[in-house]
This record gives sequence, C-alpha cells and structure tokens, in this order.
Amino acid sequence: MNGKSFLVDLTRCTACRGCQIACKQWKKLPAEKTVNTGSHQNPPDLSSSTIRLVRFSEPMKKGPVQWLFFPEQCRHCVEPPCKQASSVEGSITHDPDTGAVVYTELTAQEDIEVIRGACPYDIPRQDPVSKRMTKCDMCIDRVKAGMLPACVKSCPTGTMNFGDRDDMLKLGAERLGYAKKIWPKAQLVDAQDVRVIYLAAFPTTFYYKYLTVGALDRSRFATRRDLLAQLLRPVKSMTSV
Amino acid sequence: MPVTRRDFLKLTAVTALTTAFGGLGCAAKGKAPAGPMAMPADRIQALKPEWSKQSTSICCYCAVGCGLIVNTSLASKRAVNIEGDPDHPVNGGALCSKGASIWQVAENDKRPKTVLWRAPYSDTFEPKTWDWALKRIARLVKDARDKGFEAKNAKGEPVSRVNNLASVGSAALDNEECWTYQAMLRTLGLVFIEHQARICHSSTVPALAESFGRGAMTNHWADIANSDCILIMGSNAAETHPISFRWVTKAQRERGATVIHVDPRFTRTSAKANMYLGFRSGTDIPILGGMINYILGHDLCFRQYVVDYTNASFVVGEKYGFKDGLFSGFDPAAPGYDKSTWAYELDENGVPRKDPSLKHPRCVFQLLKKHYSRYDLKRVASISGLSEADQVKLYSTFAATGKPDKAGTIMYAMGWTQHTVGVQIIRTMAMVQLLLGNIGVAGGGVNALRGESNVQGSTDHGLLFQDLPGYLPVPGGSLSTLAAYNETYTPVSKDPKSANWWQNRPKYMASFLKSMWEEPAPEQSYSWLPKLDPGGAQAYSWLALFDKMYKKQFQGAFVWGMNPACSSANAGKTRKALANLDWMVNVNIFENETGWFWQGPGMDPKSVKTEVFFLPCCVSVEKEGSITNSGRWMQWRYAGPKPYGEARSDGDIMVALFREIQALYKKEKGALPEPILKASWARTDKHGEFDPHGAAKLINGAFLKDVKVGDTVYKKGQQVPSFAALQADGSTSSGCWIYTGSYTDKGNMGARRDPSQTPLQAAINLTPNWSWAWPLNRRILYNRAAVDNAGKPWNPAKTVIVWNAADKKWEGDVPDGGYPPGEKYPFIMTTHGGGRIFGPGLNDGPFPEHYEPMESPVSAHPFSPQLNNPLAVNFPEEPKAVADPRFPIVCTTYRVTEHWQTGLMTRWTPWLLETEPQLFCELSEELAKVKGIGNGQRVVLESLRGSVSAVAMVTRRFKPFKIKGKTVHQVGLPWQFGWKQPADGGESANLLSPSVGDANTGIPETKVFMVNIRKA
Repeated sequence: MNGKSFLVDLTRCTACRGCQIACKQWKKLPAEKTVNTGSHQNPPDLSSSTIRLVRFSEPMKKGPVQWLFFPEQCRHCVEPPCKQASSVEGSITHDPDTGAVVYTELTAQEDIEVIRGACPYDIPRQDPVSKRMTKCDMCIDRVKAGMLPACVKSCPTGTMNFGDRDDMLKLGAERLGYAKKIWPKAQLVDAQDVRVIYLAAFPTTFYYKYLTVGALDRSRFATRRDLLAQLLRPVKSMTSV
Repeated sequence: MPVTRRDFLKLTAVTALTTAFGGLGCAAKGKAPAGPMAMPADRIQALKPEWSKQSTSICCYCAVGCGLIVNTSLASKRAVNIEGDPDHPVNGGALCSKGASIWQVAENDKRPKTVLWRAPYSDTFEPKTWDWALKRIARLVKDARDKGFEAKNAKGEPVSRVNNLASVGSAALDNEECWTYQAMLRTLGLVFIEHQARICHSSTVPALAESFGRGAMTNHWADIANSDCILIMGSNAAETHPISFRWVTKAQRERGATVIHVDPRFTRTSAKANMYLGFRSGTDIPILGGMINYILGHDLCFRQYVVDYTNASFVVGEKYGFKDGLFSGFDPAAPGYDKSTWAYELDENGVPRKDPSLKHPRCVFQLLKKHYSRYDLKRVASISGLSEADQVKLYSTFAATGKPDKAGTIMYAMGWTQHTVGVQIIRTMAMVQLLLGNIGVAGGGVNALRGESNVQGSTDHGLLFQDLPGYLPVPGGSLSTLAAYNETYTPVSKDPKSANWWQNRPKYMASFLKSMWEEPAPEQSYSWLPKLDPGGAQAYSWLALFDKMYKKQFQGAFVWGMNPACSSANAGKTRKALANLDWMVNVNIFENETGWFWQGPGMDPKSVKTEVFFLPCCVSVEKEGSITNSGRWMQWRYAGPKPYGEARSDGDIMVALFREIQALYKKEKGALPEPILKASWARTDKHGEFDPHGAAKLINGAFLKDVKVGDTVYKKGQQVPSFAALQADGSTSSGCWIYTGSYTDKGNMGARRDPSQTPLQAAINLTPNWSWAWPLNRRILYNRAAVDNAGKPWNPAKTVIVWNAADKKWEGDVPDGGYPPGEKYPFIMTTHGGGRIFGPGLNDGPFPEHYEPMESPVSAHPFSPQLNNPLAVNFPEEPKAVADPRFPIVCTTYRVTEHWQTGLMTRWTPWLLETEPQLFCELSEELAKVKGIGNGQRVVLESLRGSVSAVAMVTRRFKPFKIKGKTVHQVGLPWQFGWKQPADGGESANLLSPSVGDANTGIPETKVFMVNIRKA
C-alpha cells in the first residue's frame, strides 16, 4: 500500500472550473466578493474559503497564443514540510492509509507565517476570524467512504485523476509519453515528492510561479522563523524528477 | 421546523472541524428525528438513506443534459448535496462549474418566497397570495382577450385569434410544461408566441430541415468521440457546453482526431484545439463557401454518396439563375423571391430529372460548382482575414474526412445562428457534410449545440409563432379548413423510391387537434386554432413582437422563464416596450431585470403604468418531468426537495391559471368560449395539481377508440406505440407526434436507466436503452445514409446500422426508415428522398451567398454588389452603422462557462458570481495601444443604440484583421450581466446590439455589430 495520489493532466484542462465549484459544493464553502481585474481568474488567489483555484495564464508575449490553466491545490507532500514545521501536536495530521495531509482545528494555534512559509507551493491560508488554517484535505471523508474527491469526480476531460499512487504514477508515465510527442519538454512535476502530480506541457513558470518547488520565491522568507521552516523542508523535495 | 440554509451551513462548518478523518459511524443511525439538528454531523452520513432521499435529475443549464444525483434531507426536505450522476452516459459524473453549483440555486435565500404584485405607477412590489394573483390575472386575460379577439382578419378569412396578448418563454420548462403552455396559449388564441429558441437556434431548424429533413442535432454527445476530425466553428464548446469536451477530448486523445477551432476569438476551446484559425465575425459563408470550392476543385467529395443520396444529380429548371448577388425571381417590391423559378425539372412521371454523371450543366452539382467558383482563396482571405495558407490547412484537413472510413463532424452554436444569414451559414456546412458523406455516420453529422436544457423540447413542442408541436406549421388565415391545410402541407412525391414521410402529416395534425380538444371532430377544432396573417418572421418573430409591444399594440404579456430585458437584441428598446404594456406576468426563480424593469436605469416608476405580477416557480430539482437534450434524448427528472417558500411548478401555475380563466368563461361567456370550455388538455393529478405523467402520456398519444393497425387491434385508451399507428380520422390523439413511443403501455421510456448495449452498439457507444430519443429512439439521424444500397456500412468499424440478410432485419441503431436496403432513399423526410445540396425552400436562396452583416466595417465585398441580405428582418427607421467612422470596431457577444444566458440564475449563485463577477470587454493589445487602454481599466462601449461600461481585458487572444487591405479591430463582451444583480456587475451587452434578424427566422444578429470603445 503506497497511499493515494492525483494525476493532474494539464494538457487536457479546459478551465471549466467544475472542480473549483464542486469543491465548494461538497464542503459548502462560502463565495468571496470579487471584482474583475482584467483576467478570467477569480478569486484572485487561494483563501480560507477557496482551497482550490483554477489559475489562468497567457505566458507568450509573441508567437502562437497559449492560454494555460492550472487547477491549484495542496500537493499532499509525501513528507509534508508543513507538518514538520508545525509546533502544535495534532494540528496537522498525515493519514497513513491515503497520505492525505489534513489540517485540524488545532491549526488555529499555529503561526500561519511558519506553516505557509514551510510550504514549497504556497498553499496554506488562514481563516481571518477563527484563525484556523485551511487547504485541500483530499476530500478524505469521501475517499474513506470509497468515493472520488469532489474535484476529480467533476472533471469531464480526464485532467483530474485519483487512485492508488502506483496506478497514478503509471498513468502519469503513459500520459507523459503521449504529451512528449506534441510538447517535447512536457514533464511530471515533482512526482516523487507529492501526491498531486501535475503533467505540464510547458515550463512550469508559464502556468504559475509555484507550480513547482523550483520556482520558490525566497524573498518571501523575510523572518528567521521562515528561514528555519525553509530549512526543515526535506532535501528530497528539492530535487526535480 | 425546517433547517434553514444558514443553519445548514453552520452545521456543516461544525462538521468540517470534527470529522477530518471521516468519522464514519459517529452519527446516530435510525429514523431521522425532526428538527434543525436532525442531520448527522458528517457529510457522508448525510448522503445515507437514513438521513436523505436520493433522486436523479438532469442539469438545468445547457442542453448537454448531464445527469445529477440529488440528496434531499428527510427532515428538512431541502437539498443537502447535488453532484454528477456517475452512471450517466453523457457526463459520467462530471459537471462544469454551473452544473456543480446547482445546490446553491435551490438552497438560496435570495429566492422570492411569495407572489409579488406591482400596482400601476407604484414604486414597490407587495406580497400577494396565489389565489388573489391567479384570479386577477385570469380577469385581465379574459378582458384583454374579449377585447382583442378577431374572428376574421382584414381579408375576411376566419382566424380565431387575439392580437393584443403576447407570450415569451420558455426553454426552461419541462417538456410536459412546454406542451401544456402552448396548449393554453393556443386555446386562448395567441399568435404572438415566442421563446428562447428564436434567439438561440431558430436558424438551425430550417437550415437542417431544408438540408436533411429534420431540424435537430443529427448525432448525440457521446458520438463525438467517434469522429476523426472535429470542426468547432460558430461555437465555443469548451466554455458553453463544457461536458461536450469529455467526448471531444476522448476523440482527440484516443482516436487521434484533429480538433479545429475556427473563431473570431481565441477561447478555452482554442486552447485545446490542434488548430486555431481566427477570422472576422460575419464571414463564415465565405470561408465555408471556399471549402466547397476547394472540395470540388480538388475532387474530394464522396462521389457515390453524393450521387446516390443527395440531390446533386437533380436537374434544376431553366428559370433558375443567379446574378449580382441575387437569385432568379427576386421582387424588390415584395421584397421576396418567386421560388418557383428554383424548381427542379420534372420528367414525364413528375419525378425530378437526374443526371447521375453529374455533368448536366443545370444539375445541382454543376450549379454548385459554378456558384462557389467565386469563393477563391484570395477573395475569401480579403474579406474574412483568414489567410490563404490557413484556408488550405483548414480545407484539406477537414475534406480528408470525405473517405468512406472517415468521419468529420461540426459542432456549432450561436456563432453561426445569430446572423442575418444564420440559416444559410448552417446550410453551407450541411452541404459540405453531404459532399463528404458525413451525414448519418458515427462521428459525423451537423451538430447543433443547443444551449438551454430543454430548448430542443420547447422547440419540438411548438413554443414559436410558426410551429405547432412536432413541426406542424401554424395555419395561415387562407387555410380556412383542415382539408385546405392538409392539401397545402402534405407534400407529394411521384418517385416510388421516396418515402416522403411528410405525406403522413394529416395523421399528425388530426392527432394533435385531438390532444387539445378530445371530444370535437378535428375539422371543428381546427377552426379554433389561431391563424396567422402573411409576413412570417418580419411580422411575428421576436423582434417584431417587441416592436409591436414598443408601439403599444399589446395589452398584456406573459414573460415566462425568460429575461428579455437583457437577452433581447436592442435591450433598451425592449425595456421601453415593457413599459408600454398594461400588464405583465413574470414567472421566474429570482428577481430579474424584466420583472423589475420599472425600477431599472432610466425608468421612473411613477410614470410606468405596467401592472406586474411576479410568480415564483420551482427550480428544476424541485419538480418532476422530462427535458430533451441537444442529442434529442428525452430524460426524466424526479423531484428532490419540496418547493421553496410558496413557489409552484410552472405546470401547476399554468393549469391553475387556466382553470380560473375557464371558470370566468363558464360564468360570463365572452369571445369564442368553446375552445376554452372544451379544452381537454389541462391534466391534473388527484391533488388537483399539474400531472407531468398525464401530460407526458397525452404528448405520446392514445387510441380514442378501438383501432386496427396492420394485424393488431388496439383498444380505446391504450397508449399509441409508434407514430406509424396514428390516424387522420380522429381515432387517435398525440400531442406531439415525434414523441410517440416515449410513454407507451410499456411505461415511461424517458426514465430508462439501462446502460446495456450490444457489442455493435457499444462500438459506437449508442446506449439505446438509456432514456429515449425522438424519433422512435433513433440515436443517429439519417443512419440509412451510413450504409450503401446493399445495407453494408461504409465504415464497418463504426457500424451504425447493418442489414442482417439472413434474418431480414436491421441491427444497431433504429434505422431511419425500416425498409430493406435499396428500397427507399435514405433521407425519408425530404420530399424526393435526397439530402438537399440545393435548397429551394428557403426564403433567401437555394445556395448560401455571402452578405455582410447589417452593421459592418465595409460597404462592399468581393462576391457581388449586393451588400446585405435583401430579405433580412429589419426596421428601416432604426439607423445602422455601415463603414461608419464613428463606430469602426466590430463587436461580438458571447457567454462564459460560469454564467448562463442573461445570468438570471447564475448571478444569484454566489459560487459562480465569484468567478465572473463583472462585465468585461476583451480587446487586442493593438487596439488597447491605439486607444490608450490598460488591462483592468474601465472602458465605455458605444453603439447607435446605447452604451455599456466594462472592465477591459487586454489580451493577445484578440487580434485585428486585415480586411480588404485595411486593419479592422474586433472586441467582444458577454451578454450575461444586468443592473439588478450584482450592484457593481454592469449591464447587458444587448443594450448595444441592433434589431435586425435572419431572413428566414428573424433570429437577431447579435454576433456582429459596430461599436466604438474608449477609456472611461
């Protein structure tokens, strides 16, 4: 038993945002007040009530137009740095069966800067009122009941896939083989270190700066505590596949 | 006490804290106790039968028809979770953002809970009871009807109609409600009957009917996966029909199909296409005409198919001609064509003369070749902006499907329909598909992507001025008897090989009349049917209806499940028109710009007379009935939660209102009371409420006396098994003949959920036992053209039907005409049995010809001196911008995934509004530079009609085009916003669009008009 994983094939995503809403529907997360800022992407960022966000990007300044979509969520790291950075027992749990990294109500006692700073993908957010930290929990209630995560179930194109990790790695290899014929630089992003494996056709920064750990913006680590959190990250996750 | 939505949210928030690891079994089991805390503190538990009822439904948004699973709390009777149905063959559990948000439409505390009434000149709505409102509306309807009833028209012909009442709506109704609604309107005598189909796909019906015989999407959603080349043009399928991409992606990734997107703008569809080609809005006919020219010039058509199965070999009469952009028979005074000049030449038996060698200079094939020889690469490039190289890429890729073992399909929608040449754009592609032998085959077809969940059904059930249910024409005043009607509308073929299916029309008409009025003879009830004057779309269609309303020619109007204040072209005029009514009944789910128009921008309530009734109706998951998806699947939905507040189902509102009107006529008499008093269609259940099963059975039809059909005797009261059993003598009823077979003595076929299929059916994923498709559960129309004259499939790997010679029967799909191979021509609905490459029945020509949009950046084009469609629906007193330097920019309107139509439902759905909160305008970097506009800044768009403010979205996905050597810019914006909600969301893009429409159907040209843009 190697736990569960997602294979997210970005070459297929149409940004229908079914997953973004299905996530809110299952968890009954509230909507945010937003405005249009000159992009279809909304809400503009992850938040305590938006734990899954489809990011839109038009990276090419010249040449053929590309419009890239990146459904962003917690990667459920194989060895989660956020858990290592946590200082409250039981605030961040790591489910042995699935590998899901789950934040409990005790995260309200954590320091968001430490936890968020520890995340190589900049995922954790904090509820401004309860101070509880939020992110994707792999729909662990559904998964334990034999159901697919809400986002995966809603996906029409085969972008979102979920299952036993070995099966997802196998599917990822198959999909990568296909993708490389069209996009020679296609890659499975950080596949060994995370349970949410993205298949990207283009350089990861074209989608979003934190699609991969390699894009980590060190300037975010302003404080000593942040740096410490950074150091706690497993060495393994710094290597690329 | 029911759980309120707020309580439920609180409850689930607690749940999220305590059940991070599932917490299975922590909730108490057993019979659910009542009260707000009755639900278990666990979302998984809440789905279990101890706590909630599970029912299936179909998504209420686009016409992909995705299956839903609805869980409704046993305690509160409200929905707790709605997600995709994993067993459903179309969506397999998947849902787009809209589908995934349906829970929030139902469980939404912004839904008005009661009837609301606005007194004339009042500045407020006040709550009223249903009883009061229905009685008051019935009184207003009766008074108006009695005043406006016309027994005879100016010519003295009997017309039995009311001219002072109008209705718009609705594709949001269930089939049973659509049928019942048309029955009510026609019983009252209305002729101004329109709805969403007019403004979304009205051009599809005559285009496809003229080409193939029926006006519907030829194939179905899952069949797209069988295609080798998917052309998406006039559609942004990935955004507007998102789950279609389940099948597009499958074709692309598993079959290696090429996906081509041809569109003025680069969209989420383009992002996934193998090939994206941009062009100027309104030049589809040049590009597709160029494709015909390329196919013929390179000898790429499927010759045997073309010769055997189309009218390419038919010889056209000597009177036919084409000169300077006009066809023979044009009368500028009418204006109109004398279509007799387009007739085929007949042989001594009265059968069209044919030349199978296709060499006769007047055969359709040669006329076609000549007509499109003008559509060369250079001319097409100069007017469309699509380069010659890109044209060749497009043409050669798609034309490669002209081989027997290849199939190419087209997915189109509003990008083609909403033009003054909308019908002819679709026709051009239909002709391409006939030339390539792509009709009838798996993975082929002309696939009209319909945009409302039941717009196929609402069209089938005749909620349009010109059609009764089942595409029986509404009679004109000159057809004063049923015999005259049948004489006019029953085509005759002298060719024994032509099935000429419409020869059965008298059976369908008599059965329809019997479904409306069971007791009288059809000849009698025919006299009660309201009849039209001549004039067609220019006199009766959507734009004409609102023009008459604007000119104060209506007293009252029903606006049922529609929001014309935002959806109508020239919305400013439409809103003023609403103020010229004495009264309006607005049935809807949420507050909207139409019902609340008197509060809107530029309106002073104190000077607006219109008395307004807002009647709150159920959302889709609160009621039972069927809807028909784009692929013609009639799918039954079950009720989940109980109606919210005092909301009632639309069907229930109709029958309750009609009973009130009937009571008034019974008591007071009035103008022609018989059709009202003798109406037998208003079916109610034992509780006195609308009975969807009763209505569905009535639509299917029944034997009204014992009838012998063939060797079988059917007893009075039995359901009719197939339309082959319908009779012209009044011994059968059928509300809509094409639905005969949907609800038989074997049960409700639309409710079937059996995924089983034979290996042959499974090879093309036909799923014939899941729901039911009209006609006769046939899944791929014209499938007799998928086999040769011996019954052998062109492509055995993708067999749709095949003749089993040993058992003398067809296998696979239900054959489109069950005759043995070679006995009849495959296009059984056309008079002469062939697919029509030459279409002599349309108003504006037998071959599509390029005409510029009524508002255009150019004042001339390279194909002829005729600038515009000479027969476009038009109100000449309203000026147009043609090559007008004040409005130099082409504007197009569209939808996004996250909103639906005017946004009436989705703008009230917080999860969706969050994703697309405000009106935006997409424009190119080049134009932004010229105008000094930065991304995210506010801009103002102006046209001759009005202006809107929007957020600029500067993007490389838009680009200027070189048209006739000059740079032409194009901008685009969605028409899905409105002033009512949200406050900072912006206005309807239709404030900009003009009142001009297609020459055949009057569909407004909202895809191209001229604007200017400036920084706010």
